[in-house]
Amino acid sequence: MIQTQQLQFAYGEGQPLVFPDVAVPHGGLVLLSGLSGSGKSTWLALLAALVKPQQGALTVAGQDLRALSGRSADAWRARNIGFLPQKLYLSAALTVQHNLELAYWAAGLPVDRPRVRQVLAQLGVAQWAQRLASQLSGGQAQRVALARAVLMQPRLILADEPTASLDDAAAQGAVQMLLSAAKEHSATLVIATHDARVAQALVACTAVAPILLHLSPAWPTSALSPATGRLQV
Amino acid sequence: MSTLAYAWRYVWARPMAALLNVLLLSLGLGSMTFLLLVSHHVERAFDRDLAGIDVVVGAKGSPMQLILSGVLHLDVPPGNVPMAAVNALKANPLVAQVIPISLGDNLQGYRIVGTSLSYLSHYQATLAQGRVWDAPMQVVLGATVARTLGLQLGQKFAGAHGLGAGGHAHGDHAFTVVGVLAPHGGVIDRLVITDSASVWKVHEDAHALDDQDRLALEDEREVTMALVRYTSPLAAVTFPRWVNTTTEMQAAAPALEVTRLLHMLGLGTDVLRAFAGMLLFTAGLSVFIALWNAVRERRGDLALLRMLGAPASRIGLLLMTEALWLALVSALCGLALGQAFVLGLGWVLGLESQLMATGLLWPPTLWVVPVLAVLVALGAALLPVWQAYQSDVLQLLQTKE
Repeated sequence: MIQTQQLQFAYGEGQPLVFPDVAVPHGGLVLLSGLSGSGKSTWLALLAALVKPQQGALTVAGQDLRALSGRSADAWRARNIGFLPQKLYLSAALTVQHNLELAYWAAGLPVDRPRVRQVLAQLGVAQWAQRLASQLSGGQAQRVALARAVLMQPRLILADEPTASLDDAAAQGAVQMLLSAAKEHSATLVIATHDARVAQALVACTAVAPILLHLSPAWPTSALSPATGRLQV
Repeated sequence: MSTLAYAWRYVWARPMAALLNVLLLSLGLGSMTFLLLVSHHVERAFDRDLAGIDVVVGAKGSPMQLILSGVLHLDVPPGNVPMAAVNALKANPLVAQVIPISLGDNLQGYRIVGTSLSYLSHYQATLAQGRVWDAPMQVVLGATVARTLGLQLGQKFAGAHGLGAGGHAHGDHAFTVVGVLAPHGGVIDRLVITDSASVWKVHEDAHALDDQDRLALEDEREVTMALVRYTSPLAAVTFPRWVNTTTEMQAAAPALEVTRLLHMLGLGTDVLRAFAGMLLFTAGLSVFIALWNAVRERRGDLALLRMLGAPASRIGLLLMTEALWLALVSALCGLALGQAFVLGLGWVLGLESQLMATGLLWPPTLWVVPVLAVLVALGAALLPVWQAYQSDVLQLLQTKE
């Protein structure tokens, strides 16, 4: 699902970030960790075809991302990437339903109302469909944001610090929710986090061994071994 | 929802800012509407009253005064000319029609105009009641005069000397109302129209010492001016010069004089127009600031839309549409404001029958208002849209709470 080789990206003239090679199978689970500045967001952006690598090979969902640019990258992203940002960015001016429909507008596709209802129901927030996003609690808002992420049945879900502002119980719930959403849509899941509770929750919630990808600012180019069960966070 | 619907929601998600912008834009556009409508009314009134009159022949003096006094009935005339000289004009082969105009008296401020029946047919006036005159001292009232003074058919009244209210009353000479004209929309609504002979009769009887004197006065009868229609447009080249050089009278072309007048008025409206332009510029600035702030505040939301697969162009379109919504709402408010102001002004100044036509008007020049609204809005949106294009999605993803 995700294959990278000798992946490099530099901001302007700066020191390039060099990413370890990974090969993530379909339906796999990646736990992306690292200090801030280590390139977590950049790696996510590369996977989402928001930026192009300066060097190396990057294939996501069978697509060579170096071959995509501009509108074709936007269209590919709309269909293949589900994104759950740390700050949820639900539009306060819109209802929950319209926030989801906004994804169709962004992708330039006709709205599929039954699908919107279905996803909201799956995540247990169907009853809030007509509420303004600003009226939701934090947990409800995260469910709605996840609903938006999986709406287009993406093949890859990117979650950025999904537990950052949650208490322990909620954090475990959030991870569980992500796992089941990914399973439901048979999507590959990447969780970028520096929160140790995510790792603990993964151990508690799933038998699938996550691929651990730890980034450090001066990471040498080397392959990463699959998880051994011992988590280094 | 469509781009239009989303843009509408986003505009009104910040109701105070949206209202303020609509208010500012509406004020600018409203003043623009007002100016356009007023100048349209004035020009239309002139066109209507001057239609078909190729040249006005009267006493020497200011040509503009001649037009203002004899055609638009706003000013006093420069003097009188002998009836004989006016009759002589009819012999000129370039002249198709001569309508004499005699001024001098008024009825409570409304001018009594001595003329011939061709004056009524020239303005295509129709009677609402009664008939036209068939003898001196019979009058036909303009619609406004009849309405304001409440005079009925058969009623008698005395004119007063002069062109404004309050002159010496010609008490012994009573006019009789024989007809009332239907509302026309032009200057004749404000006139009391009678035969030229009525005016002579009033003044000759007032001034003559005895019957012999009266006969002498009859020979020297005068009119104030004559409205002349040409047989051919080519006459405009030679006829005025002929009048000015070979007679004691002057010829004034209404088209020329009104152009001159409008040009002079134009200096005043230019100042007002500049003022309205300033207002619009300020409004545009305010829209710009609001959109700029909106884009800054919504950087994350916009970046998320990019993340959801929206091309930068679609986000630019969304912001443009928001500006266009503001423009549309403001244009509607501005147009309504301007129209209301014109109607209100007409009502307050009692100008309905003089310059302002009743009811709403949409002169073609008024299209400037919505076009201007759209241009201002799009101009104001340009930089914020460009900013949205430039926004670095990646950097926003890194922005933590």
